[in-house]
Amino acid sequence: MKQAIKIGLIGGVVEILLSLIGMVEAFSQRDIIAHVISMGHTLLIIVALFMGYLAAKRTPGKGSLWVLANSFLSGLIVGGLVSLLVIVGSLIDLRKVFVNAMPVLYELLTFKQGTQIGVFLLLGAGALSGVLAGLFFLSPKLLRRVLLISLGSVVGAGVLQDLLRPTFSLWGPLAIINEWLFTANGLTIQGAIGLFVLIAALLLFWSRKGSVIQTGFRQLPPAPQRILKMSGILILVFILLILPQVLGLFLSEVFTIVGLYVLLGLGLNIVVGYAGLLDLGYVAFFAIGSYTTAVLTSPELGFFSLSFWEALPFVIVMGVFSGVLLGTPVLKMRGDYLAIATLGFGEIIRILVLSDFLRPWLGGAQGIGKIPKASIAGFEFAGPQQIYYLILAGCLLVIFISLRLRDSRLGRAWMAMREDEDVAQAMGINLVATKLLAFATGAGFSALSGAIFATKLSSVYPHSFNVMISINIVCVIIVGGMGSIPGVIVGAAALVGLPELLREFAEYRLFVYGAALVAMMLLRPEGLWPEAVHRREFHEEEEKEAESKSSLELKSG
Amino acid sequence: MPYALCVVKVEVMALLEIENIHTYYGHIHALKGVSFDVNRGEIVTLIGANGAGKSTMLKTTSGLLRPRQGSIRLEGEDLTRYRPHEVVAKGVVQVPEGRRIFGRLTVKENLEMGAFTINDQRLVESNLERVFNLFPRLRERQKQVGGTLSGGEQQMLATGRALMANPSVLLMDEPSMGLAPVLVDIIFDTIRQLHADGTTILLVEQNARMALQVASRGYVLQTGAILLSDNAENLRRNEMVRKAYLGES
Repeated sequence: MKQAIKIGLIGGVVEILLSLIGMVEAFSQRDIIAHVISMGHTLLIIVALFMGYLAAKRTPGKGSLWVLANSFLSGLIVGGLVSLLVIVGSLIDLRKVFVNAMPVLYELLTFKQGTQIGVFLLLGAGALSGVLAGLFFLSPKLLRRVLLISLGSVVGAGVLQDLLRPTFSLWGPLAIINEWLFTANGLTIQGAIGLFVLIAALLLFWSRKGSVIQTGFRQLPPAPQRILKMSGILILVFILLILPQVLGLFLSEVFTIVGLYVLLGLGLNIVVGYAGLLDLGYVAFFAIGSYTTAVLTSPELGFFSLSFWEALPFVIVMGVFSGVLLGTPVLKMRGDYLAIATLGFGEIIRILVLSDFLRPWLGGAQGIGKIPKASIAGFEFAGPQQIYYLILAGCLLVIFISLRLRDSRLGRAWMAMREDEDVAQAMGINLVATKLLAFATGAGFSALSGAIFATKLSSVYPHSFNVMISINIVCVIIVGGMGSIPGVIVGAAALVGLPELLREFAEYRLFVYGAALVAMMLLRPEGLWPEAVHRREFHEEEEKEAESKSSLELKSG
Repeated sequence: MPYALCVVKVEVMALLEIENIHTYYGHIHALKGVSFDVNRGEIVTLIGANGAGKSTMLKTTSGLLRPRQGSIRLEGEDLTRYRPHEVVAKGVVQVPEGRRIFGRLTVKENLEMGAFTINDQRLVESNLERVFNLFPRLRERQKQVGGTLSGGEQQMLATGRALMANPSVLLMDEPSMGLAPVLVDIIFDTIRQLHADGTTILLVEQNARMALQVASRGYVLQTGAILLSDNAENLRRNEMVRKAYLGES
């Protein structure tokens, strides 16, 4: 009971905060389902539902009535606190402190029914959300999954409507779906219900037949199994290849940005995820890659005026070399000290390229422009739809190298070093070489990414390489799952792609970003797509039953 | 008669010879000219109180600390010029103090990591088999995560991991530390078994009673210098040792 009150109070405070900073109001501009529910209300309901679920989960005895009572109570308190805000707001003008506490907000919160009826509606809505969450908690696991994913898809489709609508309208046959699914603002009612039913049906089908299909697949002889796998990969490659044509300009641009972060993330993943060396100055290598490309190719400076491809090997070598250069002085440092030292290195590089002293060579604050585009046999990687292919190729190459490295002798040395540096040494691992190789490989990947970045923008400026980039990349690999390659891709999509897609709410971007990071660390500290070793650490009990496969075949080399 | 001119050196060279080692921590003179040797197939123990320099001696041997003076020879070859990972490749392998297994890796992965210096896959397989035969518990739990093992099993794993590198000398640093008495017995049983297998062991132990039961010879270390050296039998009877290290009156 105490728990439920506490959770309810937290939820209420969160909702009041969201309202007062204007997030609810801003989100209400967009409807999830046209004329039925807006994003703002969805946000409030999600908070109430989550708190109700939490209250249900924390109920000491497992009696269903108690669970429901607790979730009801927490929902009621959430609603109560919000109504309190409405009442206070109707009596006192809060706008002097909270500029967003406008009448529009109260209208939204009271469902345009005026203060008195609105307060009751709010209490009711809160309590109802709580009870629904409680019922959700009590329902069987399959139902919970289906409900969660189906509802999530509907909300997701609503949130990303601006993305899906133009994409669908590019293609004739999809345009009909477009008409049926979307209005100018929000999903149609039949569209929302249809989508919900479709996803739910798919999930139910998979839960019934999924294991049958999987075992059926495993029982197939190896030859057809391989053919099926290969065709799966081919389809994936085909989709990746036609993606920019289907998605159009804006989305291709988003994809290239995500792709660049994937490249950077994969590089840092070697340093942090594989070798366990926390590097907060990783942007330095990105800058070195970009600036080396600029200096070698830009006719503006007129030193070399190489083409992109001629410059690329030098860029990579430069990256690797600077990796070793940074690595050497910090060889003996560990953990926090290493992080601070590398942070310093990142800033040094940024200040160097900004300096007046190096202006004749690096352009100072004006940066370097007129960097040529890359081209192969007359095909110029000019706009985002073309650069996409360049980045895709880079990502595939780096993923391939990462995979091979992970399973190599060097990969095992990195892993040992990450787990325990002293013992790794006692196992006969050369710490100096192993560390330097990690820094060098990571820096090489980052320099490649920097080269593509430079030709993408056709120019480089010092301010593109601030410390936030380093922090962002670290976040990408932590959220994705340390040491996991698919994790990097998922992390980049979630932390870089989503904010790009939700540009209209740019004011709240950092707020959501921060909140999402905190929530991630609380709910899923191992990352969205964790690597086996880390999953074990956080979910030992579950793993014990599942046969943990020993993926570490010792390679002679 | 050309053969008559050959001078045959009759004296058998010890496997590991430590001669006049001086090691410093900054300004602190931690080892003040320590000399001893370990013969092939022997268990030699260094006993002494906290801070006597036992672990320092092991760390100097394995190359983690560099002596300012003196030599450490393995089959006549000076080890002090090698770096720690090279010392391992030469055949001097340490079971670290406090076990220090890789807690997030499985038992098998831990063991495979121990064979890092060995490139021959077949040799790794046969070493793995040998360790599993020596410690059947590890075979049972080979897929379990190292951190979930009990203290005794972790010590077995740490020992097995070191054995994976085919050591010619095994350095054991306080294997009984933090273990329940029953487990200490088990650990010392396995040390006896290793001895029977022909492994050469340099054992550093605070638990002098147990150490002197398994060792053939022992050295008593006090404030960085050897105070006494004798065979284990005599040390056990020595009045001073009994008082200071075996807790008898």
